[in-house]
Amino acid sequence: MNDKNAKSTASRILSERVQNLSPSGIRKFFDIIASMDDVISLGVGEPDFVTPWHIREAAITSLESGHTMYTSNFGLMELRLEIAAHIRKLYEVNYDPSNEILVTVGVSEALDLVMRSILDPGDEVIVPEPTYVSYVPCIALAGGIPVDVPTTMENSFQVTAADIESRITPRTKAILLGYPNNPTGAVMTRDAMLEISNLAIKYDLTVISDEVYDRLVYGVEHTCFPSLPQMKHKSVLLGGFSKAYAMTGWRIGYACANADIIEAMMKIHQYTMLCAPIQGQMAALEALRFGETEVENMRLEYDRRRRLMVNGLLSIGLDCVDPLGAFYTFPSIRSTRLTSEEFAEQLLLEEKVAVVPGSAFGESGEGHVRCCYAVSQKEIEGALERIERFIKKFK
Amino acid sequence: MKDIIAILENNAKATAKEIAALTGRSTKEVEELIDQAEKQKIILGYKTVINRDLLYNGEEVLAFVEVRMTPQHDLGFDGIAQRIARFPEVRSLQLMSGDYDLAVLISGNTMQQVASFVAMKLAALQEVNATTTHFLLKRYKEDGIILNQDEGTRRLPLSP
Repeated sequence: MNDKNAKSTASRILSERVQNLSPSGIRKFFDIIASMDDVISLGVGEPDFVTPWHIREAAITSLESGHTMYTSNFGLMELRLEIAAHIRKLYEVNYDPSNEILVTVGVSEALDLVMRSILDPGDEVIVPEPTYVSYVPCIALAGGIPVDVPTTMENSFQVTAADIESRITPRTKAILLGYPNNPTGAVMTRDAMLEISNLAIKYDLTVISDEVYDRLVYGVEHTCFPSLPQMKHKSVLLGGFSKAYAMTGWRIGYACANADIIEAMMKIHQYTMLCAPIQGQMAALEALRFGETEVENMRLEYDRRRRLMVNGLLSIGLDCVDPLGAFYTFPSIRSTRLTSEEFAEQLLLEEKVAVVPGSAFGESGEGHVRCCYAVSQKEIEGALERIERFIKKFK
Repeated sequence: MKDIIAILENNAKATAKEIAALTGRSTKEVEELIDQAEKQKIILGYKTVINRDLLYNGEEVLAFVEVRMTPQHDLGFDGIAQRIARFPEVRSLQLMSGDYDLAVLISGNTMQQVASFVAMKLAALQEVNATTTHFLLKRYKEDGIILNQDEGTRRLPLSP
């Protein structure tokens, strides 16, 4: 079958909704990297630490003792109790573990569930940009319409309530926030969040707050959106274990919200997923009970690497906002006059350094690349040397 | 100062310039703080962690000796512990709570050499009542580093 026929067959078989989804901005780089040796990748989006041993050990023990069955659709009650205690301790927000917490297969599933739970076709969700790659597709797959609010390096990638308000229409249903932010590393201040919470009240909107990077902030405090006045019942908190506890592959996250929303999300979850894998839940339980020391040690290590990366980028002449959260820097590559995709591709081919083009995170990411600093000090130094050699050609 | 020591503890070879880049301090400030830590005896030295099994290929013998003793009037365990610590055969020495008093790590070239040191020097001290010697058979972890372990990262080169 030739390509043309293959295409027409695909268009006949596949749903329009899926065909309309943009392909992933990083897919093609995979194939290039696979054919190369000695690549330093700053294109990763997960910790380089292996899950702390006591957490792995707890999961092994749970298998040995025969924990191999389904759990409650909501997740293990013990785990929900710990999640409730954890959020209460950190942010003074009280969620009822019996009906306001749902354990999910990573934050990714929670995000999908919340969109499918609250959106009717044509409902709009406001999303600050640059944005995590899954937000827009998840909204679209649920029949919603993503409405982006661009932010820029000049404003330190901070979204303002005024910008958001200017995009509110009668169809606006929700605002989706992701702070600390992937890809920019931006952290939203409490005051800025308060202004957004006022919009939520004024226009009766739900705020979905993806706080999976909440534990990774440097020199500032993370504000948990639901901790703001009246926001517990107007928001959905998404959290997880992947980043803080280096548990990406375990796929455990959670959603906290009022009982109506959690019940709706659980309805979809029970028919599509039934429950999150029990080993991951057992590991998450151990992480919450005994993982605090490792969380802080890993945060301190990221902070050291963050300084190395940011100062390194500035010293080789790439403009960059000081990222106060997550583990990404988002330098401007405009001085090279390349598009972010050209930059990423040429840098990979010529200097064997992988970065993610900013355009993968929406139009306002153009002119930037995402460099992750959850890599070793040696790799950061090596990558900076190579990037410096690369950009010299454009001066 | 703790931020600097945390780096040096894992990598004694880190230069002041490297530490400055990691901590956000100036190189001069890092040098001064290290100097201060050395003077205050917070930093006692800069040693290399060695896989001794590979280096000596079984030609080094280590023994962990439990020592039970009678404390000295006015000095407690300190006087005798300081005497024991001076022997070059003693690699480390700690006062412990529990069944015995001093934990002594002794190294030598042969089992006879170690046994003879214990019998002739250590057990012969007047204050020492009894010793129990355990010879080291195999090492699994040295100064926080797990030996013969390959736990490299298996990350995807790119992820969102």
